[in-house]
Order: sequence, then structure tokens, then C-alpha cells
Amino acid sequence: MTSTETFYHYIQSYNWDDISRQIQSQTKRDVELALANPKRTITDFMALVSPAATSYLEQMAQEAHHLTLERFGNVIQLYIPLYLSNYCHNACAYCGFNAKNDIHRKVLSLSEIDKEIAAIGKLGYKHILLVSGDFPKKTDANYYTKVAERIRPYFSQIALEVQPLETEEYARLHQTGVGFICIYQETYNEKNYRNYHLAGKKADYRYRLETPDRIGSANIQKIGIGGLLGLEDWRTESFFVALHLKYLEKKYWRTKYSISLPRLRPAAGAFTPKSPISDREMVQLICAYRLLDKEIDISLSTRESQAFRDNVLPLGITSMSAGSSTEPGGYATNNSELEQFSINDNRTPEEFAKSLKEKGYEAVWKDWDSWM
Amino acid sequence: MLTIADKTFTSRLFTGTGKFSSNAEMRDAILASESQLVTVALKRVDVEDKNDDILTHLTHPNISLLPNTSGVRTAKEAVFAAQLAREALETNWLKLEIHPDPKYLLPDPIETLKATEELAKLGFVVLPYIQADPVLCKLLENAGAATVMPLGAPIGSNRGIKTREMLEIIIEQSNLPVIVDAGIGAPSHAAEAMEMGADAVLVNTAIAVAGNPTTMGRAFKLAVEAGRMAYEARLGKQVKNAHASSPLTEFLNL
Repeated sequence: MTSTETFYHYIQSYNWDDISRQIQSQTKRDVELALANPKRTITDFMALVSPAATSYLEQMAQEAHHLTLERFGNVIQLYIPLYLSNYCHNACAYCGFNAKNDIHRKVLSLSEIDKEIAAIGKLGYKHILLVSGDFPKKTDANYYTKVAERIRPYFSQIALEVQPLETEEYARLHQTGVGFICIYQETYNEKNYRNYHLAGKKADYRYRLETPDRIGSANIQKIGIGGLLGLEDWRTESFFVALHLKYLEKKYWRTKYSISLPRLRPAAGAFTPKSPISDREMVQLICAYRLLDKEIDISLSTRESQAFRDNVLPLGITSMSAGSSTEPGGYATNNSELEQFSINDNRTPEEFAKSLKEKGYEAVWKDWDSWM
Repeated sequence: MLTIADKTFTSRLFTGTGKFSSNAEMRDAILASESQLVTVALKRVDVEDKNDDILTHLTHPNISLLPNTSGVRTAKEAVFAAQLAREALETNWLKLEIHPDPKYLLPDPIETLKATEELAKLGFVVLPYIQADPVLCKLLENAGAATVMPLGAPIGSNRGIKTREMLEIIIEQSNLPVIVDAGIGAPSHAAEAMEMGADAVLVNTAIAVAGNPTTMGRAFKLAVEAGRMAYEARLGKQVKNAHASSPLTEFLNL
């Protein structure tokens, strides 16, 4: 692989339908071999997300728990999302911010951000995730840079989950203290990708797919990837996420990685997931990621219910949000008609940290610093 | 007694602060281990907060803090972090950790050597975390390090003394205290390192994730003491077979 080649080139040798068939045809023997391999590969991962692995779920969970404990200890990192804007020129079939949805649009000004930061500061957070729709006229790299500069003194880690940007824009954001960028491909199925992403810049599959390469080239410390579970067959989708992860780990070896597992939830515009993933399958998937990669951060948002989050906590989850609002300005004032998706776990950060404590976990509010 | 720079230690067990299920449990385990030097990741503490929960739990007359630079990727970042640590925590002691690889957290020898040189000039007591590389240890000695801290196995792996051959050479050659850091997963591993002649060991994960961290802290204390005692008492040679006769020199007695 030459240095100008990206994951877009790498993925060409993998065919979605072939991978789906291979996953479906995995046997118990394949699962047992995968479980026995101390250095698991993408081939092992295929067995671990296959239907054949279903009867090994408890064994997978035991090992996933053990690996997570050894690597991360009895701690969960806490972060909070801050929604900057719900303006969006994209028309993603599943998203509440879809340009075609008739919702009230808002972008936070710097003085409104100050109010949000004051409200968030009281909650104790030191890790913040800035989220925005894709609408460069209102929210471009310059806007994010200004926001990052403004909030830098109050947070040890600033993460960004916004539209894909150029390498030099990422490098500039890195200079202002952004250390973590999340960019989710939603689906790695190139053929069907365009059915969900009907308009706007996001319709460009390749540009989005190559974004982690651009982030890695800009030397950002941490990259988050993931698929939107429910769009396409989750087993095949997760295989491609894992393939992407392994590619990135080898190429940008100084970078930390994180996986998110968003499941489609009800949103304005009422999108029905084609291939929903059950709780049992979510457990299988969390364990499979942990068994593949002991070091990866796995994050679970407040889209998930309190009961589910509590139960999967020991299986490999390392990072969670609590007390989240998914609407711009939602911490200082509540205005739920602006939100991207509805929250399922409504515990306050304090209540959440207390419930972690009862389970033998320490809530970690700070594990990053401005000098990193 | 172990002397490093201006401090003497009666305990040869150094400990860490990560991965515990609460800061109270961390404190109990450290006190049970009787460790006198405790490393804490700068990125985990809020140095601007006088009531930082980790630091509050480590305030004790028997405990000296050893800030570490975990999270930095270059010498430049390490020097910057060290200066912050010195100012905020009022100590010039520093566990230098530069591991640009976030997967196995393996130390970068080139950046570590550069940072050691610079930090020593700035008056820091530098304890660098390194691969078990005997030549690097000698270079660090020249650069002004206060100890060397070669790894037994990757951090957090609990795999024991996997670098034994190289550690033996380091211990043989070093003019600085040798602290075996990382990979020690059981008291028997700690005892093994001490029997080999290591001056101290640093243990974190094995205590923090144990079923009972306080009891495990004490178990490590005893193992380190036993290992050191065995080293000082001089171990007998290990042999595979019993030797009753001397077939090669028996002719002398004829």
C-alpha cells in the first residue's frame, strides 16, 4: 500500500455480499478456533459476529469482561455532548436533522455557548463532544476552531462529531486543542449508501470513507468510527467497521481508536430500520469487538435505555455520556423540538456516577490534558 | 534501604493509581502495600482543583507522589507536561513515559532519551520507563536519569518477567537503581525480579484489578521483601540433576 492510498482502495477487495455469505456460513468450529486464538484477526471476528457464535455468548461475555478489566480497570470515562447546530443540508433518511424536516433550526453563537458551558461546568464534565449538523455556511472549520478556542480553558478533552473536513482543517483544529474526532460511515455498503444519503455533501460515499485517513494524516490523537446499526445487516456492517479499525491501527499507529454503537431510535421523520439489532445481538457485537481488540474504547450513548446500559457495562464498554441533551442550547434552556434523537437514559450525571459506584466502578471525569 | 536522588526508601515496592474501582480502595491498597512512592498520571488529575479526589486520597505522610507523563507522544510534550507537574504538584520527580503507540503502550527510546537529557538539565529527577534495552540504559545514565525502569512485559499485561535475559544484563551493568516496571502480574513475578537483583518493582494493574486489592497490596509487599531477602542471602545454583560424584575430576583422588 502506498501512502496516497486510502481505505477506499483497501476496501475494494472486499465484496459486501461475499462477506455476508461468509459470515452466515461460519460454523461452531470457526467460533471455537476464534475463541482459542489469543491474537484474534478479522477472520476470527467474522466467526464471532456470526449466527454460529450465538450459543457461545456467555463464554464471549466472560472473556470480554476479563479483557476489559485487565486493560481499563474498574473505571468508566464520562463525557457530555454539546449540540452546536441542527442546520443541515444533508437529507439522511434516518436523521431528525434531515434538511427536509420542518424543524426549528438553530446555531449557537459564542455567547450562547458560554451559557451552555456554564451549565455543563456545574455537572463536573471535563471531556466534551461538540456535535453539529452539516451546513458549512453556518458551521465550518473556522466556526469549530473559534468554538474550540473559546471552550479550551474549561475542558481537558475536546472531541468533535461534525461533517467531514479537509486534512489541513483537522490540523488547524488540532492546534486549538481538539484531540478526538468521531466520524461514522453509517453504512459501508456503497451501493445502498446512496439510498439513505439522498442529498448534500454526505451523498459522497468516498469522501466520507476517506475521512479517518485525513484525520490520521493530521496527527489527531484519537479517532472514533462506527456504523449506524439498523440500516443494513449488522453483522456485515460490523465486519467492515472492524476492517476499517484494523486498517487504521496499522497505518496511523500513534492514534487511539474508539468505536460507537448507535442503534436507530425514533426521530422526527419516522424512519423504520430495515435490519434492527436486538439486545442479545448488541451484546454479541460488544463482546466481539472487545475480543478482537482489547485496547479499543467502546462508547454507548444515552440512546440506550438505563437497564440495557447498566447490564452491558461490564462487557467492554469504556466510555459513556449521561445527562445528555441532543438539542442546541439544551443545557441552559430546554427546547426538545430541536433535538436530533430522543434520550432513553435520563439519569443526571450525579445519579449515573452514583449507580456506577454501586456497581464497583469509578467514574472518570478526566483522562486527558491540554498538553496532549 | 534504597536511595534515589535525595530520597531513601525502606519499601522497594512502588505502586500506581489507575484502574481501581474507587479512590478509597486505591488508598487502602497502597497503604496495605506500604509503598512509599506512588505514580499518578498527570492527565487523570485536575491540578487546578485543590480538592482533586485522587490527590486528596494520596495525601499521607508515608506517600511521595511520582507524577507520570502517560499520554504524551513526543519529548516536547513530555517536557511541557513535566513543567506543569512540577509547578502544580510541587515535586521535581517525574516518571517519564513516552509511548506513542496507544495499543501496547510501548516506550519510544529515541524521544525518551531526548526528554531525559533535557529534563535532567532542567533539574528534574527523571525515572524513565523503557524497553529492557541494556544499551539504552547506559545512554540514559549518561543523559542524567535517576533510575532506569525497564519493562518486564507490556503495561497492564500481567504476563510477568518476559524480558529476563535483557534485565539480567541491565542489572549487571547499571550504575543506577533498576526498577522493573510493567507486566508484573503476580507477587511471584515481583519476587522473581527482586531475586534477580532489581532494586525495586512498580506494580499497578495486578493490585488494582485483584478481587481484593488491599490483600493483594500486602501480598506484593511480602513478595518484594522475600525476593530482596533471597537476593541478599545469595541463591544457590539451580541444577537439573543431583550430583553425587565428580566424574571429570575423580582421577585426582586415585
